[in-house]
Amino acid sequence: MTTFAEVRSRLAGTRQRRYLPLYATLALLALMYGSGVVQYEAFSDPQVVLNVFIDNGFLLVVAVGMTFVILTGGIDLSVGAVVALTTMVSATLLEGQGWPAFAVLPLVLLMGATLGFGMGCIIHYFEIQPFIVTLAGMFLARGLCYTIGTSSITIDEPFWTTMAQSKVRFGDNFISPSVVIALVVVLVAAYVLAFTRLGRNTYAIGGNPRSAHLMGLPVARTRIGVYTISGFCSALGGVLLSFYMLSGNSLHAVGMELDAIAAVVIGGTLLTGGSGFVLGTVLGVLVLGIIQTLITFDGRLSSWWTKIVIGALLFAFILLQRLITPRKQ
Amino acid sequence: MTEAILTMTGIGKEFPGVKALSEVDFRLLPGEVHALMGENGAGKSTLIKVLTGVYDIDQGSIVLDGRPVEFSGPLQAQHAGISTVYQEINLCPNLSVAENIFIGREPRLLGHIRWSTVERRASELLRRLQLDIDVSAMLGTYSIAVQQMVAIARAIDISAKVLILDEPTSSLDAGEVGQLFRVMRQLKDEGIAILFVTHFLDQVYEIADRITVLRNGRRVGEYRTAELTLIDLIGKMIGKELEVLERLEDRPKRAQEGDVPLVDARELGRKGAVAPFSLTIHKGEVVGLAGLLGSGRTEVARLLYGADRADHGQLAVDGRAVTMRGPRSAMAKNIAFCSENRRTEGLIEELTVRENIVLAMQATRGWTRPIPRRRQDELVDRYIKALDIRPANPDAPVRDLSGGNQQKVLLARWLITEPRLLILDEPTRGIDIGAKAEIQRLVAQLSDGGMAVLFVSAELEEVLRLSHKVAVLRDRHLIAELPNDDTLDVDRVMETIASGAKP
Amino acid sequence: MNTLVKHRLFWPVAMLVALLLSNLAFTPSFFSVEVRDGHLYGSLIDIVRFGAPLIMVALGMTLVIATGGIDLSVGSVVAICGALACWRISEQGDQNSVAGVLVAVALALGLALLLGAWNGFLVAVVGIQPIIATLILMVAGRGLAQLITDGQIITVNSSPYKLIGGGYLFTVPFAILVALAVTALAVLLTRRTALGMLIESVGGNAEASRLAGIHSRRITLMAYIVAGLCAGIAGLMISSNVSSADGNNAGLWYELDAILAVVIGGTSLAGGRFSIAGTVVGALLIQTLTTTIYTTGIPPETTLLFKALVVTVVCLVQSPAFRAKVFKGRRRRPSAPPAGPAAATTEKVEVPA
Repeated sequence: MTTFAEVRSRLAGTRQRRYLPLYATLALLALMYGSGVVQYEAFSDPQVVLNVFIDNGFLLVVAVGMTFVILTGGIDLSVGAVVALTTMVSATLLEGQGWPAFAVLPLVLLMGATLGFGMGCIIHYFEIQPFIVTLAGMFLARGLCYTIGTSSITIDEPFWTTMAQSKVRFGDNFISPSVVIALVVVLVAAYVLAFTRLGRNTYAIGGNPRSAHLMGLPVARTRIGVYTISGFCSALGGVLLSFYMLSGNSLHAVGMELDAIAAVVIGGTLLTGGSGFVLGTVLGVLVLGIIQTLITFDGRLSSWWTKIVIGALLFAFILLQRLITPRKQ
Repeated sequence: MTEAILTMTGIGKEFPGVKALSEVDFRLLPGEVHALMGENGAGKSTLIKVLTGVYDIDQGSIVLDGRPVEFSGPLQAQHAGISTVYQEINLCPNLSVAENIFIGREPRLLGHIRWSTVERRASELLRRLQLDIDVSAMLGTYSIAVQQMVAIARAIDISAKVLILDEPTSSLDAGEVGQLFRVMRQLKDEGIAILFVTHFLDQVYEIADRITVLRNGRRVGEYRTAELTLIDLIGKMIGKELEVLERLEDRPKRAQEGDVPLVDARELGRKGAVAPFSLTIHKGEVVGLAGLLGSGRTEVARLLYGADRADHGQLAVDGRAVTMRGPRSAMAKNIAFCSENRRTEGLIEELTVRENIVLAMQATRGWTRPIPRRRQDELVDRYIKALDIRPANPDAPVRDLSGGNQQKVLLARWLITEPRLLILDEPTRGIDIGAKAEIQRLVAQLSDGGMAVLFVSAELEEVLRLSHKVAVLRDRHLIAELPNDDTLDVDRVMETIASGAKP
Repeated sequence: MNTLVKHRLFWPVAMLVALLLSNLAFTPSFFSVEVRDGHLYGSLIDIVRFGAPLIMVALGMTLVIATGGIDLSVGSVVAICGALACWRISEQGDQNSVAGVLVAVALALGLALLLGAWNGFLVAVVGIQPIIATLILMVAGRGLAQLITDGQIITVNSSPYKLIGGGYLFTVPFAILVALAVTALAVLLTRRTALGMLIESVGGNAEASRLAGIHSRRITLMAYIVAGLCAGIAGLMISSNVSSADGNNAGLWYELDAILAVVIGGTSLAGGRFSIAGTVVGALLIQTLTTTIYTTGIPPETTLLFKALVVTVVCLVQSPAFRAKVFKGRRRRPSAPPAGPAAATTEKVEVPA
């Protein structure tokens, strides 16, 4: 493996290495979009890209939450289940109990954040691997879903249908209000990560948790905080998904945690923590969305190629990460 | 004379079974560099940890700036004015230089971090330390020396009365050490008291004003550097062992001449570990490695075993050149190695005594040919008896054994493989005196039986008692090879260490 | 009595027995086993039979976890192997040809081996963290399985193939025999050869193992290959039992159940000591839990809630930090350093000897 080690040491020395995965993703995205435009005439319509946002707004929000967790070097497997639970609880309260929208919204968001908070506490104070704690969280949330009901519940509450049907227009093109919400979440997250102590502490913990502790940073608060943020984002993602689907279903968002993780990794965030950007995550989600769109446009390729391509991209990006990170002693 | 800024009086600290510090006094004056010296287990790091609140204090008191203090952790100590910079840098390599200096206390406006101010102030601070670098670049892209400087900048910017530098120079080259010393002198001139821990003797004489020597958890004394000769310093650190170890009777000082050496290293070396050295070891010969902590003793041992790969020179076994690709190539040549770190590099603590003993032999046989249970019992029983391992229960988890018995288990692991060269790195460190004597007697027996032994120890008396030949190391260079004849004694070895110029 | 309680398998077995006994209250005939038409019947038999694939997957997972790793891709491997075997059988003229079925099985298991080797390569040779390395196949594997089945559910009508998961041999369900055979083989392989000890050594302390001359890479690689193979067998069992292959849903969440079984069985996620018997008990416990929920009339949807509870309790009990915090009143440690978690663990190592 001499050559591997050589390439690695050369890459690890580069000053700009933290941007390298980001450039790679950007190039990949441009390549995929370009090939789409060349092959299909309809692809050049700006609405194609906007549709990618519309179809993946909820994933974007969930992936932003996941970015925080992965930046600390953790992982959150519960996000898909929390999304499903949110759609289920919203639908039940709105349709079954007749609660008003303004009461349901804060309640489900609080529920998601609380779940994340609980998991964060167990991870930090009892030193159990995030992977296994959030796995239990995933079982819990899915289990609660099934306990509420196993069939799909349609939502026709006015606020929800308004959110689902209204369009934010500019010119000939449009996006859904959910996309606006998702973009606001992205901007807030990017600001928090770049310009607040919470954000910087997140990076510090991912870089070296022991140092972070010795430098006097609030490790407990930050670590529990990122899982709370991820729980909140999952719940918000669930709300957006229920706008999109106009239903609550226990089987919504099965496997979404994998999509979210894939988006974050393809977006250039190191799975070992400490390096990455929300903007990268946006690019990652776009890559996933464009793959789907390309496969739909092609018509000959089947949907499962999406998973194979995502797997291949994951492999490529993980290998790239391995090459650019200096070996930890 | 100026008033001391820090005074520690009658400090005692005990761990289960070990008295780490007893009745230690220590004082630090403003504007001085004060070296804390001592061999492994002397109590240097315990003293620092007691001072900075990592450990609770059992006895004694600490007075800082005229007020008695007791800290609950390094953070509190730092707020009171005592900052520590460790050898392993406790910063985040993935953040920028500026951020590493200011994280946790960034200048903010309504919660918004003002990066321009952060970077400007970081630049100013580093320029004061005569370091002109791009503070917006990631810390990890700079050398260890620069990272160390950044850590110092952070420490003195937070609070600047006492600065503890814990082996900061271990991984620096000569130029970088010079840079660090320039900064230390400047801080000293600004009135900061610097506590400097190192095991490089030259550096102590270059920078330190005074020296406190610890040995076996006690203070030997406090000296002005100018008034303490190097040879006296070494003597005080090592001590003339007065332990009542049994005399090994009539140790034959054998000199093997003429025949082909078992192991012949020519200009063997590894960058950053040890400078190229030559060493021969004959059958039945005990070769001692003498030198202070950090002089390259362990590195020599690891190269001969292939635990690290050499990047310079050749190694021949039985006169035939071999390439050590790893421990397995050494084992194929019947070379065995007991690491100085029993717990992290030797034993598998979770496994039983039996499993730990048969592990190396099993590894050479491969997984498909297990050692039959009866053979295992026979071997394990024999060595438990021969080495007097207690408890004599082969199924006890090795974690539950005392240090001395763990060491014997490790020895047994290698002895059953019937090695021709046994490399022992600090086999007697941290074990009680009885076990120590037993291990020494064992080494003598083995060499009488024809086994070659490379014996590494910080205790010169021990090395001299056992070895036929002593190789002396200093500052990562093998500086002398002394036959152990009647003229060789501890004083002469110490003189050699003290006078030995780098070749 | 005290030594009995302290035995590492005591609590899992006790939980299993308690769960089985609680069934008696609802179904008095729960423990009865009878022979009908030359076939064994009974609730206990069903538990073992339906639990057989999980036992398979968990066995492989045990070895991987013992080396200090984890394999998230087993569920996907289950789906891929079922899909490949069913596709191959459906392609041949006579689906009942024994030779044809054997070829299909051999192909599927060969692929499983290869997939395991891929994971092992990424972990042992390239050096990627296990959880991340196996995530790749977890994601891509589902796509591969659907690629083989062309997105359809392939149904086969082959009696030799049906035998593997749904048939009987000597009145005993064949799947149970396979599970028994593989478990016995695993025990033989790990405890009659030195493999078990070497795996525990690598998982317990990788650097010390290297210095003792163990080929830790080779051992790790082997563990992942075995895990792949076991998942492959489970895939055959599952698809054979339902005579069809579903690329999307076969083996879904199996990796999680398998990890759970391993953890319940007393093998630490940190690697080192492992217990095959414990894993089998763990897998049976999970299957019994599912069965119990069905027979007692509790809505089956709550199974996941119980699993969440079990994971949490088992992990908390295994966590040293939890024990230290909850039981700290009982055992006073002399002046434990009050620093944070990371600092505390290092300090313990550095206590001067």
